[in-house]
Amino acid sequence: MAKKSNDLLDVLQMLVETPGPSGSEHLIRSKIEDDIRDHVDEIYTDALGNLVAKKGSKKEGGKRVMVSSHVDEIGLMVTHIDDNGFARFITIGGVSPFTCIGGRVLFMNGSQGVIGMERLDKDEHPSLEKLFIDTGATSKTDSKIGVGDVAGFERPFVNLGKRLVAKSMDDRAAVAVAIEALKAIKKSPNEIYFVFSVQEEVGLRGAITAAYGVDPEVGIAVDVTRTGDTPKGVKMEVALGKGPAIKVRDSSFIADPRVVNWMVDEAKAQNLPYQMEVLEAGGTDGAAIQRTRAGVPAGCLSIPCRYIHSPSEMVDADDLQHCVSLLAGLLSKEIGI
Amino acid sequence: MARKVETSKKYSPKLGKKELNLLTRLSNALSVSGDEQEVREIVYEELKKFKDSMHTDAMGNVLVRREGTGNDRVRVMIAAHMDEVGMMLTKEDGDGLFEFVVIGGVDPRQLVGKPVIVGRSHIPGVIGAKAIHLTTKEEREQVLKVSSLRIDVGLGGSKLVEIGDRATFATSLAVLGPSLRGKALDDRLGVFNLIQLLKNAPENVDLLAAFTVQEELGLRGAKVAAYHFNPEIGIAMDSTPANDMPHFDGEVNPTHNTKLDGGPAIYLMDGATIGDRRLVKWLTETADAEKIPWQYRQPGRGGTDAGAIHKSRAGIPSVSVSVPQRYLHSPAGLVRIDDELNTLKLMHAALSRLDRSILNPQENK
Repeated sequence: MAKKSNDLLDVLQMLVETPGPSGSEHLIRSKIEDDIRDHVDEIYTDALGNLVAKKGSKKEGGKRVMVSSHVDEIGLMVTHIDDNGFARFITIGGVSPFTCIGGRVLFMNGSQGVIGMERLDKDEHPSLEKLFIDTGATSKTDSKIGVGDVAGFERPFVNLGKRLVAKSMDDRAAVAVAIEALKAIKKSPNEIYFVFSVQEEVGLRGAITAAYGVDPEVGIAVDVTRTGDTPKGVKMEVALGKGPAIKVRDSSFIADPRVVNWMVDEAKAQNLPYQMEVLEAGGTDGAAIQRTRAGVPAGCLSIPCRYIHSPSEMVDADDLQHCVSLLAGLLSKEIGI
Repeated sequence: MARKVETSKKYSPKLGKKELNLLTRLSNALSVSGDEQEVREIVYEELKKFKDSMHTDAMGNVLVRREGTGNDRVRVMIAAHMDEVGMMLTKEDGDGLFEFVVIGGVDPRQLVGKPVIVGRSHIPGVIGAKAIHLTTKEEREQVLKVSSLRIDVGLGGSKLVEIGDRATFATSLAVLGPSLRGKALDDRLGVFNLIQLLKNAPENVDLLAAFTVQEELGLRGAKVAAYHFNPEIGIAMDSTPANDMPHFDGEVNPTHNTKLDGGPAIYLMDGATIGDRRLVKWLTETADAEKIPWQYRQPGRGGTDAGAIHKSRAGIPSVSVSVPQRYLHSPAGLVRIDDELNTLKLMHAALSRLDRSILNPQENK
């Protein structure tokens, strides 16, 4: 068990330290491909850049299952460089100005920068229009970045013992869970398509097209979810360390009740801790899978995560391990829906 | 990536009498989202020679399949939307006055006092307001709400229009030196360009042309058109704001979006699409090679038909190219003729040098 856990953390660290904002997933995609190639039967990158890995083939009683975890993360795109080399930017996905201030960013071309802010009037709240990236350039001409360059937030992975912190735990924690489950599955009647989807943070775009391409009979998204366990935080039942969260609903879809029950039954059968998730705002690839073609029963296995969409997202190491066990168990057996 | 094809050199678009006539008819047509019949008719008339490979689909998109003769042709869908923003009559108040709603993104501040045309017969009317003689200072500082405005077609005209009729601004296309001023240049320039591309299409591609409906209401026509064509590449040709007026304090405006005279605007990211990096590179490299001026449209909000196309079926790499335009979605937009012709030239040159190798997934970075 200890060995397994280390594998998971190694994979996770590799994933969170690779930049890959929506639309710029080439680095993270190739790292995942290298890591899983020997464990799958078929692997390809589709038209929009989703990495699709097929494991097993459909046997009697088996189903074609899509498991989607998104490889993209929130980030920034440069819109303008001024004469002094300061870069203005627009956000890719849900980035708050509050989490930007004083932040450091890493561009896909390797350049680095810090986020600075114009002087605010008294009582003025920071807005994205007031922020800029200082890449150390002294003028427009010596700037190493230009309009259209993409950056992710830069923070190292920190292991706090039971709790783990990094940028892009959303959704690399889920990618790590999917990868470890993929490796753990030895025998299954199901034909499983692990989709490492792109552009989730800008509207589930990769999963929409991947689901059409895979044409699954059942779908599971693996993603992070918010928690209600921090001081004066949102009112929500989910807490870190209390096990995988089985999504009932979020604002993008209502999980198919058969998928919810399937997950609950498997958690009980394995005697794993679990918690039910009702998320007021937020969406996952599950919504895209559910509404593809003529409709697919779909749900979402969630990893509780604090400080989502900040550069310091926190998850619980045991939750991750339990998610791996739950997901591998779900996929290894006949699916009775 | 790109191979050299001479055809790109041979095509040099111009805006002669014939072309200006077509563009005038397109710009002056009344074709508000959901009733694009007038532009549809012009497209059919212009593309008579494609009549056997052209049809109108269930939503009203005009779809033209123009097959090339080369080997291993890439199937490229290009979309240009036929609809424009405007108004729709909702209730008759008597005395020739009609309540209306706006269709698509119209700034209510732009409505007051404008002459309009209503319905397929272009019945003239006006969006009137109380004369300045009778208004108070306070009234003049308020923006009049759409619900308090009426389209007045005069008593006689009221018999000639009916509830549900679309209305648009009564603006005629005008040439202002190096510029064009007109309504609905968003996206009649795209429609014009797509017609020209069909007539001059290079042989190395299958050009799947979609003259789409209801773009201004949420890319609705393009969604079904992309499903029908199932192309390998999707391109939206549209028009985008140029907010490039000189800044009052001499500073550079960091949110100009695009600039007039900057050439075709190539999209990296808008609210609906992240431009496929391979296609962005293809366009910028083509422009550089052909010495066509170009600019990035600043990454920002908004959307084009590419937003619908790229999410179709199992995914279609897509990108957008726009003609920069001042005063978009207003009674009169303004574009540079050179920007318009360079957009057409770029699209033709890019298609001419297109081959399937650019779709290599490893190059998607």
